[in-house]
Amino acid sequence: MHFKERAGKALADRKLQSVLKRFGGGFVEKRAAARAELGVALFEELRDAGAVIRDRALAALDVWLLRFEQEAQRRGATVLWAHDGAEVRRLALDICRRHGLKKAIKSKSMLSEEADLNEALADNGVTPVETDLGEYIIQLAGEAPSHIIAPAIHKDREQVSDLFAEHHRRARLTDIEQLTREARLMLREHFLTADLGISGGNFLLAETGSVAIVTNEGNGRMVTTLPKVHIAITGIEKVIPTLEDFAALMRLLPRSATGQAISNYVSLLTGPRGEGDLDGPEHMYFILVDNGRSSLVGSDLQEMLRCIRCGACMNHCPVYQSVGGHAYGWVYPGPMGSVLTPAYVGLENALDLPQAATLCGACHVACPVKIPLPELLRKLREKQVQAKLRPLGERAALRMWGFMALRPWLYAPLTRIGARMLKLMGGRRGRISRLPLGGGGWTLGRDMPAPEGRTFRELYAKRGGGTSGK
Amino acid sequence: MKLRVGLFVTCLVDLFRPRIGFAALKLLEAAGCEVLVPAGQTCCGQPGWNSGDRASARALAEKVIAEFEACDGLVAPSGSCAGMIRTHYKDLFPGEGAWLVRVEALAAKTYELTDFLVRVAGLESVPGDYRGTITYHDSCAGLRELGVKQQPRQLLAKMPGVTLKEMKDCEVCCGFGGTFSVKFGDISAAIADAKCEHVAACGADALVLGDLGCMLNIEGRLRRRGDDRTQVLHVAEVLAGKP
Repeated sequence: MHFKERAGKALADRKLQSVLKRFGGGFVEKRAAARAELGVALFEELRDAGAVIRDRALAALDVWLLRFEQEAQRRGATVLWAHDGAEVRRLALDICRRHGLKKAIKSKSMLSEEADLNEALADNGVTPVETDLGEYIIQLAGEAPSHIIAPAIHKDREQVSDLFAEHHRRARLTDIEQLTREARLMLREHFLTADLGISGGNFLLAETGSVAIVTNEGNGRMVTTLPKVHIAITGIEKVIPTLEDFAALMRLLPRSATGQAISNYVSLLTGPRGEGDLDGPEHMYFILVDNGRSSLVGSDLQEMLRCIRCGACMNHCPVYQSVGGHAYGWVYPGPMGSVLTPAYVGLENALDLPQAATLCGACHVACPVKIPLPELLRKLREKQVQAKLRPLGERAALRMWGFMALRPWLYAPLTRIGARMLKLMGGRRGRISRLPLGGGGWTLGRDMPAPEGRTFRELYAKRGGGTSGK
Repeated sequence: MKLRVGLFVTCLVDLFRPRIGFAALKLLEAAGCEVLVPAGQTCCGQPGWNSGDRASARALAEKVIAEFEACDGLVAPSGSCAGMIRTHYKDLFPGEGAWLVRVEALAAKTYELTDFLVRVAGLESVPGDYRGTITYHDSCAGLRELGVKQQPRQLLAKMPGVTLKEMKDCEVCCGFGGTFSVKFGDISAAIADAKCEHVAACGADALVLGDLGCMLNIEGRLRRRGDDRTQVLHVAEVLAGKP
């Protein structure tokens, strides 16, 4: 995909850069505070435990998925399996036809983004309305989410004021509380007239056949209890064995995502409305989606499936914080997106993403389930090399470097020449403003400080070389 | 018995800043080591490793192991090179028992310079006489792969003329990332710019760090921004003082 081009546009986008600078560090600070409040040692222990819990589920994914299906069915839910996005759309539309559904209210579902579900619904007479405030904002703007937890993080108050004024056709508001109240007012109408609720699922609990939904807004509960039909769409890797596993992961997820000890709402939904229940949907469906996940099981990228969708990696990523989420081109941005996008849409369709990282490791340190993201990115780079997907210039340069570095008799004179040439190019100021050939990427935004002009090797030899033993 | 330590100069130091190599040598001698400088050394293989070219990285690793394994230790004025050898070399020889024995032996005695001076050599005093306010940038590999954080600060604290002022986000990447700096030069420069803002905001006379990649990157951006005043120095140069 054309990450490079989009990243270039993002860097030139003054409004976006201003928003990133003002708000980019927020989640990082909040997570650090939450981690310190819990106690750093305990937090790190929990990360180890989180990785173990997720690995245990992945090691026997089929067992836990079948157990989940069994328990969910026992409690009256229907469990459907979707191989890919097309099947998600087909199954969802089937359900809409069967029940004569006309309007869907949605709480966040990244899987519905993977499947382009909103478009399919709208094309088939079912109006989708996003009810998570951030998702609602970007739905008005006709944009995709730019962050998996805060979909409208790239928008500032001014932009939201403009959007609401345009779409709500009321006086333009600027106060955040007033804006939120207006959104609530608009959404209330939709909540009360929808016959379908579509949600995602933070976790699937095999023990009870429940879906766990972790939200800060009440929309999650409205969406999953008011309409007569509820569909929960999520990936098959989300299944965890027990409620205790869920409790442990819940100590990590909100802290890692937004720095909260717990989110405002934690909901465990187990089956549709039962006899004697005061509320709940009449029908509950699960659409459990593969879309490439099973291909990662047993592969050298399996650890990526541990992901609990907290967003910490992108919050800590210097690349994400420079270009924002839209540059990544698909549903998932940042480090986790740079692994999942090539894994799910094809290595050859996302060549830039694994390359667009400094491998600084901040993501790995922040990940609540210790996914070795830099190593996974490096593995994807290796796969690209093996599949001969790298450009000729790059392959040639690396080959040349490797060839030289293995042969000191060649390396020494070439580096002597290089040191002198670069020193000359640096002139009196001692810096180079434009490097030739492949080095041009460096000097677009920086000078290259000139070298001293002699190599260490030759200077050391001149001083007498050999071992020094004073 | 003096420790016979092999100095891993690094390709960037060799080509750009030999004085950092000589500073490292001076410090290791001050710490009581006999310093060997294997003559055929070139590169640790990281460019190939990070780019996914396992074969070329492997070939260079074999060379480095052969060149340095007879030393009591390998010391590099670079967290990223020391990190490559210490943490990643074993991944180049999966399942190869004979090589892994040698890899693990070398890895166990490979150190970043300040880490070696503090934890192994126990250097008491440093020859440098720098006077001024400095701020320290924690290079990613040194910090996250090797745990280099307190060591440079401990050594710098031994210099009475040095005042250390921590800057905001000192642990955040500078945007170098090896080949990333040329492949995605615009993003790299933008990340470097954020680092330069923090350096400027803290008002230090000099930025000090332990990796030449970061150094060239940040200095390059500082100068392009029009800052000709802030010095950018390798910790070895500051600690070693005049050559």
